[in-house]
Amino acid sequence: MGSLKIENVKKSFGKVDVLKGIDLEVRDGEFVVFVGPSGCGKSTLLRIIAGLEDLTAGDVKIDGEKVDHVPPAKRGIAMVFQTYALYPHLSVRNNMGLGLKQAGTPAAEIEKRIAASSAMLSLEPYLERRPAELSGGQRQRVAIGRALVREPKLFLFDEPLSNLDAALRVNTRLEIAQLHRRLKATMIYVTHDQVEAMTLADKIVVLNGGRIEQVGGPMELYNSPANEFVAGFIGSPKMNFIDGARLGETAKTIGVRPEHLTVDAKNGTWKGTVIHAEHLGADTNLYIDTEKAGLLTVRIFGVYNAEPGATVYATPEPGKTYRFGSDGKVVA
Amino acid sequence: MSKATSSPVRTIAAHAVLLAYTVIALFPVLVIVINAFKSRNAIFRTPLMPPTPETFDLVGFRTVLAQGDFFLYFQNSLIVTVVSLFLVLLFGAMAAFALSEYRFKGNTLMGLYLALGIMIPIRLGTVAILQLMVASGLVNTLTALILVYTAQGLPLAVFILSEFMKQVSDDLKNAGRIDGLSEYTIFFRLVLPLVRPAMATVAVFTMIPIWNDLWFPLILAPSEETKTVTLGAQIFIGQYVTNWNAVLAALSLAIVPVLVLYLIFSRQLIRGITAGAVK
Repeated sequence: MGSLKIENVKKSFGKVDVLKGIDLEVRDGEFVVFVGPSGCGKSTLLRIIAGLEDLTAGDVKIDGEKVDHVPPAKRGIAMVFQTYALYPHLSVRNNMGLGLKQAGTPAAEIEKRIAASSAMLSLEPYLERRPAELSGGQRQRVAIGRALVREPKLFLFDEPLSNLDAALRVNTRLEIAQLHRRLKATMIYVTHDQVEAMTLADKIVVLNGGRIEQVGGPMELYNSPANEFVAGFIGSPKMNFIDGARLGETAKTIGVRPEHLTVDAKNGTWKGTVIHAEHLGADTNLYIDTEKAGLLTVRIFGVYNAEPGATVYATPEPGKTYRFGSDGKVVA
Repeated sequence: MSKATSSPVRTIAAHAVLLAYTVIALFPVLVIVINAFKSRNAIFRTPLMPPTPETFDLVGFRTVLAQGDFFLYFQNSLIVTVVSLFLVLLFGAMAAFALSEYRFKGNTLMGLYLALGIMIPIRLGTVAILQLMVASGLVNTLTALILVYTAQGLPLAVFILSEFMKQVSDDLKNAGRIDGLSEYTIFFRLVLPLVRPAMATVAVFTMIPIWNDLWFPLILAPSEETKTVTLGAQIFIGQYVTNWNAVLAALSLAIVPVLVLYLIFSRQLIRGITAGAVK
């Protein structure tokens, strides 16, 4: 119970067009991640789905029903916010129960649902505390719990991990993934972090400048990006883009991922000097200024010792380069 | 402050300046209060001395309490101040919420219009206000004063509160909307508690001019039943003879309620003034 259909949705703030016609379908039980740089319109799109923002044109349908005039509370959605947005004057229990109380749910039912979801998120010891008495991670779990008790058709997450520190972010990410597996609920998740997108999503929607660049599974986007933007956005470190003309290629730009380059001290395709080496333990990132291809990032698995100034050769793995035309789209 | 960032010389200098300012600010109040407890001769012979057993005299207070209906004046002042304050805070906060929360055509213009009153003193309109009150039959009523003071206090309240309301997290309001809270519930239950320090600041800045005002009570409500304390104290100031004991006693009494209200708000006020200085 929770499909979503977005048809040609447009949104303008005054003269600024934030969304320029979005079409998207989300099937029941899917985990969809909206990802893109800041200002690409991903949060605005989420707010439109939630009903917190009016759309300028187009339709939003939840379970096949048009919701343009349905207030947020009646859309069968629940939302988790970046800043947690817990009610500061209410205990954890009442924070979780408020939405149901407003909807007129019987008290026994509210109690039951709070008990169930607080058990799922191990929040039982904190039920009587106020948000101010909780740590950041606990607050975000309460926010997720508040969404859970509503048993919504759609879960909406608006950058829920951005305010957490790195270790907690990984834990909470794991919890959200497990939650999705257990509930089999439809979830829409907004983030600017492509790692979150890759690890959580069934389907990633890459947005840029108010348009959808590409929709697909994580590996699909990684292996066959439709255009230069998606290729550069998905994958870390970022894909190397080389001017085609410098290599004598017909394509405008040649792309090669850092992990698809090998480095040798003696011979290879592109000769260059090491500018900087980042040793991360499991892998090493080399920044090489090559004569032919310009500055390249190379990701080497394991440890590789190279002093800045050393001469090395970088070679792309055969069949792992991407060719982009002058419009940024992939060409054969 | 840590030892590394403070030096004794600077600390002493700062305290000296602050103490000097405190003495200057409190001196007139102190003179009023000590002289209110002295006999008439003592007021003129040793105005700066505290009352001694010989000069101690409560004649001023006796006069004030015997002559005129001073309790009524107090009651009038309190009613006018408290009701105006309540209306200013309520309507000011509501207008500020609308300005900061909703996007509508002419939002900025409306904000400027509502803040215009900060720059234009309401007393410029006294004649028109008097005509208005005469026409609507509100002369010599407390309602007239309340209406004028509400209008007088609103611009600053809207201006200060809308700045503070912009800082209230959008996510919180949106969470309320998703949970099905009405806009009124969001305003009263979520937003108002978070801007309480700002409300206290506005309350103090609004309350003191109203309590101290002589102009509008004199013009709009000078009758015996509607006199406020500041106006009531004027009966002791004559063209030829002034009953200084009574004037000083009345003024001393007038300080008390406003001091009490101030103490109630002051804890919030300090937080309000320093809010935003440290995140």
